[in-house]
Amino acid sequence: MPGASSIPVLDFGGLLLVSIQGELPDDAAVSLQEDITDAVVRTGSRGVIIDISSLDMVDSFLARVLAEIAASSRLLAARTVLVGMRPAVAITLVELGLSLPGMDTARTITDAAADFGVTIADTVQEERNTT
Amino acid sequence: MSQTSAEPIRLPIRKDTDLTAVRQHVRALAQRVGFGLVQQTKLVTAASELARNTLLHGGGGMAQISLVHGERGQGLSVSFVDSGPGIPDVGLALSDGYSTAGGLGMGLSGSRRLVHDFDLKSDPEGGTEVTITCWNDSLRRGFR
Ligand SMILES: Nc1ncnc2c1ncn2[C@@H]1O[C@H](COP(=O)(O)OP(=O)(O)OP(=O)(O)O)[C@@H](O)[C@H]1O
Ligand SMILES: [Mg+2]
Repeated sequence: MPGASSIPVLDFGGLLLVSIQGELPDDAAVSLQEDITDAVVRTGSRGVIIDISSLDMVDSFLARVLAEIAASSRLLAARTVLVGMRPAVAITLVELGLSLPGMDTARTITDAAADFGVTIADTVQEERNTT
Repeated sequence: MSQTSAEPIRLPIRKDTDLTAVRQHVRALAQRVGFGLVQQTKLVTAASELARNTLLHGGGGMAQISLVHGERGQGLSVSFVDSGPGIPDVGLALSDGYSTAGGLGMGLSGSRRLVHDFDLKSDPEGGTEVTITCWNDSLRRGFR
């Protein structure tokens, strides 16, 4: 359900999935932290997967919001995994001097879910492999 | 020295949604100049940092985006101007981790690393102007 940030926080039975879409205004980034921590407590989730594959840039403000989401979720006993960072964003963040220490990352949502012992059957991938 | 071509785009920086407009215009022009994806991302990120400084530390101001020509070929310049309190010690402000606002202090120093040219002028009496420029090096090397 979209909270104050209007970014949906989806609950997959104890695992939260947040897919950040497009431009994220500063105030939405801040309310997202509240939406996620509320959802962690409400659902008793152990994990939060944040998909940032649609973000074409991450600056120090957004990096700090992501780090704070991870830190506050950790205090609530949930682990945050960042998924889908674009290569150009990764290169830029490191050069900016922000390598997001302490944040777990995974290549895909499927990989991240597997970290939490949740299997996502990737039907599209299977179809591709058989053709 | 570089020379300006075409009409520069001027954008106000008064509220945080203005930062979105700055990023989008810089991205669109960087694509038009033919910057690669990494170079586009570096310039947009540096612009986002400096625009936020203009808003938070400078009390608002404006951004000006210009296409430029110089010895290094075609480039894109973005200037950020405010009439805020100014920066008393520019060298200190440009060091990694220095922040007077409880930030990470990586905005100024980090954005300097992301661009080819970085020029910061600040008057201790007030007012700050930062100009960043990226050059399209792939064009200079003859990929046309
Ligand atoms: N336009 C400006 N006007 C006045 N002071 C400024 C301006 N830009 C930067 N500063 C000063 O330089 C310091 C360093 O800026 P920098 O962007 O590196 O860090 P920050 O904005 O404090 O934190 P962040 O890492 O979140 O960007 C600021 O804390 C502020 O004191
Ligand atoms: Mg800053």
